[in-house]
Amino acid sequence: MNEPSRDRIFAGIRSSLGADSSTPLRRTSSYTSNLIPARTQHEGIDLKALFIEMAETVKCSVARVAATDEVPQAIAAYLAEHNLPTDLVMAPDRRLDEIPWTAAPMLAFRRSAARESDLVAITGTFAAIAETGTLMMVSDAERPNTLNFLPDNHIVVVDANDIVATYEDAWMRLRGAGEEIEMPRTVTFITGPSRTSDIELVPTLGAHGPRRLHIVISGE
Amino acid sequence: MESTAHTFKENVDDALQKKNLKTAMRRLETTIGPARLAARDRLPEFDALCDLAREIKDHTLANLDVYLENYEAKVRAQGGHVHWCATPEEARQKILDLCRAADAKTVTKGKSMIAEEIGLNDFLEANDIEPIETDLGEYIIQLAGEPPSHIIAPAVHMTKEDIADLFFEKHQIYDMPRREEPRELVDDARKILRPKYGAADVGITGANFLIAETGSSIIVTNEGNGDLTQSLPKTHIVVASLEKVVPTLADVTTILRVLARSATGQEFSTYTTFSTGPRRDGDLDGPENYHVVLLDNGRSAMLGGEFRDMLRCIRCGACMNNCPVYGSIGGHAYGWVYVGPMGAVLTPSLIGLEDAHDLPNASSFCGRCEEVCPMRIPLPKLMRLLREQAFTEKLAPARERWAMRVWAALATRPRLYRALSEAVARVLGNSGWRRGAFRYLPFAGGWLAGRDLPAPEGRTFHSLWRERTRLEARAGR
Repeated sequence: MNEPSRDRIFAGIRSSLGADSSTPLRRTSSYTSNLIPARTQHEGIDLKALFIEMAETVKCSVARVAATDEVPQAIAAYLAEHNLPTDLVMAPDRRLDEIPWTAAPMLAFRRSAARESDLVAITGTFAAIAETGTLMMVSDAERPNTLNFLPDNHIVVVDANDIVATYEDAWMRLRGAGEEIEMPRTVTFITGPSRTSDIELVPTLGAHGPRRLHIVISGE
Repeated sequence: MESTAHTFKENVDDALQKKNLKTAMRRLETTIGPARLAARDRLPEFDALCDLAREIKDHTLANLDVYLENYEAKVRAQGGHVHWCATPEEARQKILDLCRAADAKTVTKGKSMIAEEIGLNDFLEANDIEPIETDLGEYIIQLAGEPPSHIIAPAVHMTKEDIADLFFEKHQIYDMPRREEPRELVDDARKILRPKYGAADVGITGANFLIAETGSSIIVTNEGNGDLTQSLPKTHIVVASLEKVVPTLADVTTILRVLARSATGQEFSTYTTFSTGPRRDGDLDGPENYHVVLLDNGRSAMLGGEFRDMLRCIRCGACMNNCPVYGSIGGHAYGWVYVGPMGAVLTPSLIGLEDAHDLPNASSFCGRCEEVCPMRIPLPKLMRLLREQAFTEKLAPARERWAMRVWAALATRPRLYRALSEAVARVLGNSGWRRGAFRYLPFAGGWLAGRDLPAPEGRTFHSLWRERTRLEARAGR
């Protein structure tokens, strides 16, 4: 590897740091979390209620259903309420196959990544983080990342069991039993629909990403 | 980007003449100011998290070589590429080479201050590649041909009427009517930019952080433009500076808790995306090529000097949002990419004090910048250090240095100082008490051009204090 600039930069850093550049690294893994805010840590906390409260604060709309078989009707009702088309693009996520979509026969699905013409996307979520009403999306062959950004309306189906307290809890889920974390190509924390304040600092929704973010939570 | 920091004083004069600027800048104080305080108060651990964030960054900087090596190894293991660039010229050239390798005609861009620092847009244009800014604020100033005036709200100095005029003029090819409401202007920009993402050959974004543990680059945005920029084109280029690296996911999570709260008063920004390498087997979307262009541009040298603290900066903008000087003159007066208190320290470190020695004077040392800085950067202290350097290196005009010397002579001789200040207070007090304030005084025409000097009451604090002590002693207390 012939990289004169790389060598020059590292030589510069080392000469600036002097002798203390060889101190042992304290931080190598996320197993040790830093300070966790108390907001989600007190006993008997209702994470689902907190998640909903925080998500609504950032202008998500939230629907609650008792079980997965009620999800299709809830989505159909949302589409009708907002006068949205029933042609949907849905992530080819196996977990979404557990939902009995035939319960809402008017819905038509394409299972793929997003295209510019798509108006409504349906995805699941890897975890829902109560601390700030944040959805954690990971990408892979079944969960294309563009579905989170391109369509005007994003509907996210959340299994109540996937609601966790903090970002750290969500990272631990992703880490699983492995020693080292296997990072998906993208991990996206989504907190509300797209917005901007670039014109006179007036908050305006729907800048480039979804104008609406609707969350359907199933289960208790 | 070409700097005009050396004509700071003239820039300020121009800025103070601009009528709408103060109205526009005051919005920062009335909107983001209270929002930041509210977000801070909703999180009792906020101060403790700031202390921790500072410690994480200090530790990282003290071991920067090791963390950068770890980061690079992780990026490579995921199929990404890291390009080390010592200077802006090298970084521009590297990015151009990568664009040419992708046979690029147009590139979409997410917001990146490093891209501004290296003057990327002009360079790409000069080489027949069209850069398209997609962040709304950056899009606006690109159309206007202006530099950003704020690091997170680049068009904050403009009114909606300014933007409406600009859009009407520049959007004629799209046959759009002149519209004025923010909602309508946002919609117009959205409509125009949508097809550009998919049509671009390369997407360039900055990075708020790079993670050594995983080799990920992170962008924190509200609009979603950065994500469309980095996921739709075939090639994604991340342009970032060395000090953006943090050790672990846990560490970045801690810093993220203070970033949005400090920047906009949000609990969390809308989108925080961790990108790790190019598209994987079976993926239905994402870039096929993932490159990171890492810029030094003087930072490795800063690491060894008195300004290392500045490398903790996470570009939240809280210091400028809370700065009375920035709030009066706006960002353009600072003459380069970085503005406000953080710019007053960073700019001289990056482009040389010689060309920016007036910037550290743009402070009343009220201390608000340090108070609101989530990374605990002692900005007033660093500005004072730069003032000292400018004085000892004789960078300031002779008149200023002469005045400083007179001041020093007085300030180190208390008796003389008191006698003189008492005399001045008496004279000014006698001649000004009727009017209450002075609009003109000899030798202070410039200072009084934009404000009045309240007339002194005629006595100094010291003389009042002496008298009081005497009276108390006489009363036998």
